[in-house]
Amino acid sequence: MTLFSRKTFAHGIHPPGLKDDTKGLPIRQFPFAPVLVVPLSQHIGKPAVPVVREGQEVIRGQCIAQPDGFLSVAMHAPASGVVRRIGLTPSITGRMTSGIFIDPFPASTQEVPEGTPCDAATANPEEIVAAIQQAGVVGLGGAGFPTHAKLKMPEGKSVDTLLVNGAECEPYLTTDHRVMLEHSDDVFAGIPYLMRATGATRTIIGVEANKLDAAAVLNAAIPDGAPITVETLPVKYPQGAEKMLIKALLGREVPSGGFPLDVHAICTNVTTTAEIGRLLPRGLGIQERVVTIGGPGIKNKGNYRVPIGTPLRFVLEWAGMEENLTRVFLGGPMMGQAVSSLDIPITKGSSGVIGFTSCESSPLNDSKHYPCIRCGYCVDACPIFLNPSQLGLLAENGEYLRMSEDFHLMDCFECGCCTFVCPSHIQLVQHFRIAKAALRKAKVEAKAKDDAKDEPKPKDEPKAEAKAKMLA
Amino acid sequence: MLVLTAVGSIGGLTLILGTALVLANSRLHVEEDPRIDAVEDMLPATNCGGCGYPGCRPFAEALVTGAVLPGKCTVSPETEQIRIASYLGVDVGAEEKQVARLACAGGANVSRDHAHYEGLESCGGSALVGGGGKGCFWGCLGLGDCEVACDFDAIEMSRHGLPMVDEDRCTACGDCVTACPKDLFSLHPQSHRLWVACRSQEEGDEILNDCHVACTACGRCAMDAPGQIEMRNNLPVIDYSEGTLTAKPAQRCPTGSIVWLDPKEGAVRGQSARKIIRRDALSDAPT
Repeated sequence: MTLFSRKTFAHGIHPPGLKDDTKGLPIRQFPFAPVLVVPLSQHIGKPAVPVVREGQEVIRGQCIAQPDGFLSVAMHAPASGVVRRIGLTPSITGRMTSGIFIDPFPASTQEVPEGTPCDAATANPEEIVAAIQQAGVVGLGGAGFPTHAKLKMPEGKSVDTLLVNGAECEPYLTTDHRVMLEHSDDVFAGIPYLMRATGATRTIIGVEANKLDAAAVLNAAIPDGAPITVETLPVKYPQGAEKMLIKALLGREVPSGGFPLDVHAICTNVTTTAEIGRLLPRGLGIQERVVTIGGPGIKNKGNYRVPIGTPLRFVLEWAGMEENLTRVFLGGPMMGQAVSSLDIPITKGSSGVIGFTSCESSPLNDSKHYPCIRCGYCVDACPIFLNPSQLGLLAENGEYLRMSEDFHLMDCFECGCCTFVCPSHIQLVQHFRIAKAALRKAKVEAKAKDDAKDEPKPKDEPKAEAKAKMLA
Repeated sequence: MLVLTAVGSIGGLTLILGTALVLANSRLHVEEDPRIDAVEDMLPATNCGGCGYPGCRPFAEALVTGAVLPGKCTVSPETEQIRIASYLGVDVGAEEKQVARLACAGGANVSRDHAHYEGLESCGGSALVGGGGKGCFWGCLGLGDCEVACDFDAIEMSRHGLPMVDEDRCTACGDCVTACPKDLFSLHPQSHRLWVACRSQEEGDEILNDCHVACTACGRCAMDAPGQIEMRNNLPVIDYSEGTLTAKPAQRCPTGSIVWLDPKEGAVRGQSARKIIRRDALSDAPT
């Protein structure tokens, strides 16, 4: 291990870490809420299809929804109980999505029966990919991208390095930190699955220098002879972003519009890796996740293993709210989402529940903004070398198409560095998110129009040809 | 001498290039129907795209070729349409005027907010933060993206934060349809008088805690107009092609989410919904 190596990426910012409150607190089990709501769409891709009926009794860990297609994962019952109904539930995206409402049995032992194990040493890559999909594993860092879809190698692509992301650069969050400290064995149990599925020959675990204790624990726990190294990275935001981590650890740059696969790397979050290492050898599915409940608005801060589907209202009531709590975020304060309803349940992507009081969120700070003075701070902060200042001016005039065509808007991953440094308090990243949403909507509409146009034409011919070819 | 060289060379160049231009003008001349210019002058030059063409000139070209009739331009006053028609010697073409309609009636006086949104004053931005603070996830956020998008000043936000469409000014260009992040606007012929002013897909009376004029999917309107109204996704869907519609289905609606848009009286609600009339905004969110 090289301490304080200069491995990092250019640009970025240094927000205060604010992790001291919770980083020393061990992971504790969170109680079951009187009703748990498991949304069918907790990941990017198609929602899962429920395989339980209303009124059916389920056992904790039982599969209650099957994946619909490849870009979709299974859902598991977070508690033994009875399915009360399958209906609409609010989600963090702002849409109402279908969810399975489960009333846990108060007197149940909540034991999780084990399923068919998947052995890292003998299983072939396809079996591992299928097992991960069946276990319902998605990116637990917050993105919610199905992990198995990442591991499936497209033809002609290869991977040489697996990066395990233990950067956790968001302020307040300490879930990855605690997992690395307490479950390092799970992390090392998970790595062989990922390496075998992707064909990677070495693994690097990237840990930021504010978690040296975790790095030391991991370093001591590396199995003999395993091609695994632990690297310490200088503290900087957004080091935990996939592209930034690849740049910091491997010095490779993911091309615009490309994926880590294009530079022969694959990146998984350390909690995801630990979860794979915990679930797959026992044939289990995700029914809970580690969540940091913190921020100045929370009384009993800590790291908890929270059942999936616990409503936010129950989380806050149980953890205790300060009287002047005004804002609640799911995820960290930089890239997390402010919630609009406390009925939103904890999902696989929720890495933190952060409460702010009226002291932190003065409305004056946010609502008043001044004209751009062209200081260029945002240009110096943008980790992917965009020009947020110019993009912001275009966004104010609604020139969304030009933003994406001439200024690479679609490469922006909304880390919020530009907004953080702007002395004029211009909400740049909010503008970009609006622009991206508008462009996505336009794209969907254009596609629908095209489809409607194409429909009357006989489009079967090329398909029939392809079929004939396949048969031949 | 120096002066003469300069004048001579530049003059010579001018002559050569001028000749080239004159030749190009005569050789590469494109014959264009002179009526296109004339018709374009008679069009309103707003380039709104409401006719389905990219702008007024392409529409003028289509008019001259006879692909469309002047009545398709909903922005021109009737006198101008007749002028174009008589100039081209075609029918005016009675095109039914279309207007933008909002599928939400939940202003601040009848609906509650779950959270208070702070940030960019835009519905697009608000919708991205957990769908905005409104109790009803489908409802109008009231920050006026449509008002900004409208080039004809046809949309004005009411004091309860709902966009009001001035049907005389609306040209059905569709800008508000694109601007609304909740997809609440749609274009309809003015004769479509029966209107479902709600998009809530929730079933049952629970939604009434958030909005007093929400559709509860009771299905009474569908019962009163069989064949014309069908319940789909917990919302009534009106089939305007099926016979003549009357105000009858709106009569029994308990919440007034289905209305009859009278040209004179505005939105007319059924008997049982009359009581939901408030002047002031509702108090804070229920805790």
